Amino acid sequence: MALSKRIIKETERLIADPVPGIQAVPHEDNLRYFDVKIDGPAGCPFEGGKFSLELFLPDEYPMSPPKVRFLTKIYHPNIDKLGRICLDILKDKWSPALQIRTVLLSIQALLSAPNPDDPLATDVAKHYKEDERDAQRVSKEWTEKYAK
Amino acid sequence: MRADVEHVVSIFGLDQDSARMLLRDYNWNSERLIEKYMDNPTEVQIKAGLQNPKGAPSSVTPIAQPTTTRRSTRKSTAPISPVATKFVCPICCDDEPPATLSLQCGHQFCSNCWAQYLEGKVREEGECTIRCMENGCSLLVPDSFIKQHGGTPVYDRFEELVMRHYVAHIAHLKFCPAPGCTDTVSCRAAATKSALETMVPAVTCSQGHTFCFGCNVDSDHRPVLCRIARFWLKKCQDDSETANWIKTNTKECTKCQSTIEKNGGCNHMTCKKCKHEFCWVCMGPWVDHGTQWYSCNRYDDKAAIDARDAQSKSRISLERYLHYYNRWANHEQSARLSADLFAKTEKKMEEMQLTTELTWIEVQFAKKAVEEVLRCRTTLKWTYAMAYYLEKSNAKELFEDNQRDLEKAVEDLSELLESPIEPETIPDLRSKMTNKTVYVQKRNEIMLEDTANGFKEGRWTWNETVTL
Repeated sequence: MALSKRIIKETERLIADPVPGIQAVPHEDNLRYFDVKIDGPAGCPFEGGKFSLELFLPDEYPMSPPKVRFLTKIYHPNIDKLGRICLDILKDKWSPALQIRTVLLSIQALLSAPNPDDPLATDVAKHYKEDERDAQRVSKEWTEKYAK
Repeated sequence: MRADVEHVVSIFGLDQDSARMLLRDYNWNSERLIEKYMDNPTEVQIKAGLQNPKGAPSSVTPIAQPTTTRRSTRKSTAPISPVATKFVCPICCDDEPPATLSLQCGHQFCSNCWAQYLEGKVREEGECTIRCMENGCSLLVPDSFIKQHGGTPVYDRFEELVMRHYVAHIAHLKFCPAPGCTDTVSCRAAATKSALETMVPAVTCSQGHTFCFGCNVDSDHRPVLCRIARFWLKKCQDDSETANWIKTNTKECTKCQSTIEKNGGCNHMTCKKCKHEFCWVCMGPWVDHGTQWYSCNRYDDKAAIDARDAQSKSRISLERYLHYYNRWANHEQSARLSADLFAKTEKKMEEMQLTTELTWIEVQFAKKAVEEVLRCRTTLKWTYAMAYYLEKSNAKELFEDNQRDLEKAVEDLSELLESPIEPETIPDLRSKMTNKTVYVQKRNEIMLEDTANGFKEGRWTWNETVTL
């Protein structure tokens, strides 16, 4: 399928006017596939880390959401061992008016505000609910270990 | 469905679209909707997505500015913004769209995107609650908008989805589960859960498919209640084959009742669990055998009899279950073979028409008989499941009498169906078979009626496995 005008425009803008702390670069051989780097937001256990993600725009995009996955190991209640992300706008709350940049911003926001009540990694969520401080310590440790 | 919509339309003076959307939001519970709407119409409308909350900021994040209409919308309820320089659809980034559309909320998108969006939602996701394309906008797309901009195939599918939504939420309506059948059946008597404790709602759709309204266990599991039918099937799935195997291949340790399979070696058994030593042949303790190893020639020692008694007790429950199960399975098997029987009977009917003066209509009695046998076998099958769970009582004895009568009659009729046809005996056979069919039908009715009455009167007592 030919690349739609929408994807071209979005990509152009992502490169010309990048979001602070977020980098998204399309693959040369597949412009629907992006290498993404997100900086851990300040004031949370992920601060100082640089997290790699992959983002893929399916053929139906923007009628269906992009597929996003963490490549860096991360200790977060809404992100599982395989890097899959539990985020409403990536699923049923997707709206075609959303964009790659808004999606990535939401993911960045998810890092600073974990939601253990709607968990994907149940063991991490349990840890966060029972002893938040200790869980944050582990998150920090993992950030040091894997996201540097 | 139409009546419900009209009802709401007439009460609130709303248009059809709004009434349908409100009812969908309330899962077609019109009474609750009316009550809530009386209290606070605005809140209900906002919740259902008919209105946007006042003053809610619209979070439009366009890729390219400015976002204004170039051409006026064909049918837009929103105020048309003044014709400005250039509109770029925020979704496809097309700067020369054929037309732009928006709902009441004023979020403008080009008509191509709308059509694609609607088609995706309706066809792929099978969704009948479609919201505005803008992120976070909860406004619902009205039915008329879908009709106008989605195209006929999409709208037809949408109507179907709404219909399904309606049937799924109205307790006394159900779709016929037969493959390819689109009939809907209404059964008000079986609409509540408690009703299923006293009746078995077997219904037949207008195409002639019989199914149980209360559950999806089996097409017609009369006379057994849904709950008990489910119980029985589960037990059969879990146990039958295993139980059969255990029964034939194992014995229980006389001390700790562990199930033991002897797969070789001598008769001197030592239980792995409790270390009890016994003789596999007589089940008596091994010490009594003294030095007569490897041979058990003693017969009916007291200890051995006791041991065997204990064991047989634990086998009784298994055997009891297998007794009912085998009969149940037998009837099921026979019913399954009925397809063959149908074919065979059809052949016979043709033969009869050739060899005798009988017309097509006159040989229909054979077909009727087959149908009746099939029906009764289904009933019989389930009576065994019921009998398994019934506590011993006079009522159960009467039940079993009825069951026996029916079974006997059905077997007789089956035999008649299998009997060879000779021209001289046909008139005789015909009258016999017709009589028997009527009799069997009667017995079946009695059986079903009696059990149904029993449920109503609370005559049946269950053994502890199924009590609530």
